[in-house]
Amino acid sequence: MKMNILGFATGLLFGLGLLLAGMANPAKVQGFLDLAGLWDPSLAFVMGGGIGVAIVFFTLAKRTPKTLLTHEDMKLPTSTVIDQRLIIGSALFGIGWGIGGICPGPALVLVGTGSPDGVLFAAAMLAGMLIFERLPKKA
Amino acid sequence: MPFFQIDLANFTPLAGLLGGAVIGLSAGLLVLLAGRIAGIAGIIGGLFSAGTLFNDPKGDRNWRILFILGLLLAPAVWSLFAPLPALGMVTSPVGLIVAGLLVGIGTRYANGCTSGHGICGLSRLSLRSLAAVISFMAAGFITVYLIKHVL
Repeated sequence: MKMNILGFATGLLFGLGLLLAGMANPAKVQGFLDLAGLWDPSLAFVMGGGIGVAIVFFTLAKRTPKTLLTHEDMKLPTSTVIDQRLIIGSALFGIGWGIGGICPGPALVLVGTGSPDGVLFAAAMLAGMLIFERLPKKA
Repeated sequence: MPFFQIDLANFTPLAGLLGGAVIGLSAGLLVLLAGRIAGIAGIIGGLFSAGTLFNDPKGDRNWRILFILGLLLAPAVWSLFAPLPALGMVTSPVGLIVAGLLVGIGTRYANGCTSGHGICGLSRLSLRSLAAVISFMAAGFITVYLIKHVL
């Protein structure tokens, strides 16, 4: 129950942050990625603000043996592998991000605005995730 | 075409910093309180792995659905206090489908997106996530360059 409330609260907070940051506006995202046009560096500030706050929590989490609300063992991601799967997967993501100006969080926020284009993108993204489940997983 | 001409009319550093801080707070609370990573691609995609959506073998399903519900409801909650900001699309419906497929497959292959590798991974000081961020940023810059200045 506590986990469900936390999930909802952090999801809502995350979505409000995306809206405030301008990340849910594909035109703004593409404006950031367009280095050779009129360049809008705002999203670098989003990353800076996000990491500036999150790094405090992650640093604390590394030193905290049990999670504070759910009292489970703190298990942070352990993989350090840098392989083809990581690099090529990320590159495919980056190409899609460049074309549409939308990454996964903003896709859901756009669906929440009732945007038909947002629904179309999110449906394709979910289809992509389902296709991934059917693909070979080895790099 | 010269690079790095700043678009002052659309530049919003303060809203960016504040919005980023709110995103960072969300990710930070989720990890410190519950040990979960606020990677949106992972939260959604995890629903499709190992029968989670239907059987929920790890009891790991409902918070994911509620997180997604929170994201979906954010615009409605926002509009209680202020009008929604302009949200401008940059491609055709076919472009959206291609982009969505690439984002869905790519983020799952790479185990993370802008939030999972970008915010959470870099905040853990993970070199793996740094490599992912460099790859997707470079691909994004090159793709937009090709779309807007070459094709």
